[in-house]
Amino acid sequence: MALPPPDPQFVLRGTSAAVHTLYFSCGGPEPDIPLLFSGSENGLIHVWNLKTHRVDTALDGHGRKSVYCVETMSGKDRLLSQGRDQRICLWDLAEGRTSVTDSVFTEHVGFCRCSLLKVAQGRWLMAMAARSLEEVQILELPSKTSVCTLKPEVGAKLGMPMCLKLWQLNCGFQPVLLAGYEDGSVVLWNVSMGKVLSQLVCHQEPVMSLDFDSEKARGISGSSEKVLSIWSLNEQQNLQVYKTHKLVNAGISDITIRPDKKILATAGWDHRIRIFGWKKLKPLAVLDYHTGTVHCVSFSDHSNPQERLLAAGSKDQRISVWSIYAQT
Amino acid sequence: VCFIPGGLDCCISFVSHVLGKVCIHGRQNEILDILVPCLMDLTKSDCIWQRICWRLVECVPDRWMEAVVLGFVQRAPGADVLSRLLGNLVVKNKKAQFVVTQKMLLLQYGHTTAVLQNLVGYLSLDSLRRTLLLRVLQELLETWSSSSAVKHSPPEQQLYISKAILICLSHLKEPEIESCRQELLTSMMEGVKCHLDSSLPQLRRLGMVVAESISLKINTEGPVLKFEYEEDNETRELKSLLVQTPFCVVPSLPDDDRSEKAEAALPLVPDSNEKPHTAATVMPDEELDAELDSDDDLIPYDLSEDKELKIKAPVYIRDCIEVLTGSGSEDLDKWEATIKALESLVRKNPAAVREVSVELAKILLHLEEKTCIEGFVELRQRAQVAVLITDPIPVAKYLTSQFYSLNYSLCQRMDILDVLVLAAQELSCPKFHGKTRHSDGQKPCVQLLPGSDSSKDWRRIVDERIKNKTRRFAVAQSHVELASHPNEFNSVAGHFFFPLIQHFDRPLTTFDLLGEDHLVLGRLVHTLAVLMYLAVNTVAVTAMGKALLEFVWALRFHTDSYVRQGLLSCISSLLLSVPAERVLADMTEELLETQSWLGDVVEKDPDGDCRRLALQNLLLMENLKKKLEAVPS
Repeated sequence: MALPPPDPQFVLRGTSAAVHTLYFSCGGPEPDIPLLFSGSENGLIHVWNLKTHRVDTALDGHGRKSVYCVETMSGKDRLLSQGRDQRICLWDLAEGRTSVTDSVFTEHVGFCRCSLLKVAQGRWLMAMAARSLEEVQILELPSKTSVCTLKPEVGAKLGMPMCLKLWQLNCGFQPVLLAGYEDGSVVLWNVSMGKVLSQLVCHQEPVMSLDFDSEKARGISGSSEKVLSIWSLNEQQNLQVYKTHKLVNAGISDITIRPDKKILATAGWDHRIRIFGWKKLKPLAVLDYHTGTVHCVSFSDHSNPQERLLAAGSKDQRISVWSIYAQT
Repeated sequence: VCFIPGGLDCCISFVSHVLGKVCIHGRQNEILDILVPCLMDLTKSDCIWQRICWRLVECVPDRWMEAVVLGFVQRAPGADVLSRLLGNLVVKNKKAQFVVTQKMLLLQYGHTTAVLQNLVGYLSLDSLRRTLLLRVLQELLETWSSSSAVKHSPPEQQLYISKAILICLSHLKEPEIESCRQELLTSMMEGVKCHLDSSLPQLRRLGMVVAESISLKINTEGPVLKFEYEEDNETRELKSLLVQTPFCVVPSLPDDDRSEKAEAALPLVPDSNEKPHTAATVMPDEELDAELDSDDDLIPYDLSEDKELKIKAPVYIRDCIEVLTGSGSEDLDKWEATIKALESLVRKNPAAVREVSVELAKILLHLEEKTCIEGFVELRQRAQVAVLITDPIPVAKYLTSQFYSLNYSLCQRMDILDVLVLAAQELSCPKFHGKTRHSDGQKPCVQLLPGSDSSKDWRRIVDERIKNKTRRFAVAQSHVELASHPNEFNSVAGHFFFPLIQHFDRPLTTFDLLGEDHLVLGRLVHTLAVLMYLAVNTVAVTAMGKALLEFVWALRFHTDSYVRQGLLSCISSLLLSVPAERVLADMTEELLETQSWLGDVVEKDPDGDCRRLALQNLLLMENLKKKLEAVPS
């Protein structure tokens, strides 16, 4: 007899605007407070204290334009945020400060979230959509030097890049970028040479979000249609379709795989969060709490597995935090 | 054999005389069937024989020239053969020139396409004759672009002229096109206007095809005129006339790219299909192990609640009204759901609808498409019909008054007519409880496709009905007897009919039925015909009949053939619906006058469909009389 789906462990209210992005920072040792960063449509980044369930700080750095990506860079003291004011801001949050130390003017007017990859101590690569319609630029942070620009060939008609993921198999390997485009295809780019390694048409509609498991060399992408597409990367660096999963309602805004690679969560336009087992994409739970489109889902990085959480931000201005499958 | 042409004068002219006399007496077939192939072979390579042949035709006296030339043009298997046989006859002989350039092209229209090809090809093959070709083209274009010709000449003639124009265009060379580019452009613009103005779809299509072809010829680079119309055999045939030499079609590049990509994607998929299988077979043990320790831990929760998200449509009519009149882009999903659910809601809640019927009708009439729903026009129309059926009298009053009001688009006015007809049909053909249309009605059901040109359907239905009436034996009813329902159209027929017929001669600033909006007039007339037909066995039918007869009488000489077809269908409906005794009793003088008018139409109307309809009407009248005479008084 299957249990009914659980209720959220708690719900964070107070953003007064639709929530577009979430990022946990709970990995620090005691007495560090576990934090959740959220970016909203009113341009504010809220830093939530997960012990008190209240906002500790609100960061205003994007001129009241929607913030659609937040990510920490090695610890909660450095934050990266991307907003619709065409800027990526780097924040210094140590010791109670809330200042923008640096910013990158992307000239990108779309919604493509940037992707960070740590390549060495204090050095990151960041992939972001650039000004020109189909291009992706790779910058090195914090120096902000351009590593390369990934331009699809003329006539490829991929459209805008919709979602990016930079990864490398291990330290020392070549970084590669997975990019999902407006025409429904996922492209694997070799970053150092700036060439396409493989391209796969996964969807008929734009790819809204993707995530990749580098251990299993398998990834998953969701789009505005009813299908989730799972694809794999073989030894020749070729993308192949592995499986597809049909959903009940169309539209996926975000997909994320839990760090232990056991489950994944999808944020749906039908207000529901779906949990699947990553191994075989077995549907595990449908969390129906929100009353608006769920824009983002994120798993926490707690070092204690029992404390792991899943957070979802929605258009109804609430952030629901769940504890699900934390025992495995 | 060497003849000196001069020395052969007498012989040849005698033969010419014989030839001419035979042809004028109607024996073209016999003599030319033998002569033409013979001459064709002889003149193939021998130029002396060619000269002889030319002399032969040149010497035919003028009064017989037409028959001979006509015969030759019709029989020559190709333009080059005709050229060999006739030579420059058209240049030298005035009568021949008249026949070839004027009579066969502009005054006659019964010749086949092959004959046209011969003729025009013949004109184009020699430099002396090419001036004639250009003149011919100009005259053809003048006819094509004259609005009176488009209105009054039969469609068959217009097709013939269009074909001739296209063939001429195909023969023109670049420098010639250059020289007359301006004239081509002006005639094209005028001609396309007259053609698009016509109410018959065939003529509109003809205009479009010819205009496209002219535009193609004069704008070799740069944007070309392109119309949207349905391709059919006629248009395809016309377009094929434009090309003289076959050319190879270059495959377009985007198609290639797409097919390459499709091919590239395809091999990937079969590969991936294989992989999971091999993985499954090769490593079953490992997989089982992995399954046991990780996935079994993850017990799924209850997933039964995960259903498709359905936007709820409002359940009350007043809520629907609110949503439809609501401000802007509030909730487009709800708006869509309302539109889709409206018809069934209206049908289920007649009492509620009667309270707000006119308001709802008003909203629906002015409703514009906000989002892209499939079948919006049909959904709206069905909703309107449902409202009209639920509360016929006030809504019909509203709609008919709006038909004649200011500031409606032609589309909306024609929409009103369609809705009235559909509702009338539904009211008069009783429905079963729960089913929408009975498939095996005793009356042939009028198939009304919204928005389409329904004139053909009336004809078909009237034809069937006439067939049913003219047969005398009774057909054994093998069908299940349908439960009879009262004809609900009875009480409201007058409300549908009379307001529509009242104001047709009063022009408004934006709407002039008797003037430019003859398309709407045509539709109105057809609508009246259907309403008349559906009013059979109602109380108001005789009054309707009289009013309709007066209406038809006033408009009987209308220039638009679509309107005339409608008027004739009105007469048919009248004769079929009004009981025979009433027709003969109340409308005797009008009937007699109508009969003589119909006789006129049968003989003189340029439109084939009009003639046919008039003939049917005369037959109906005959039947009516016979039936009454057969009944003992």
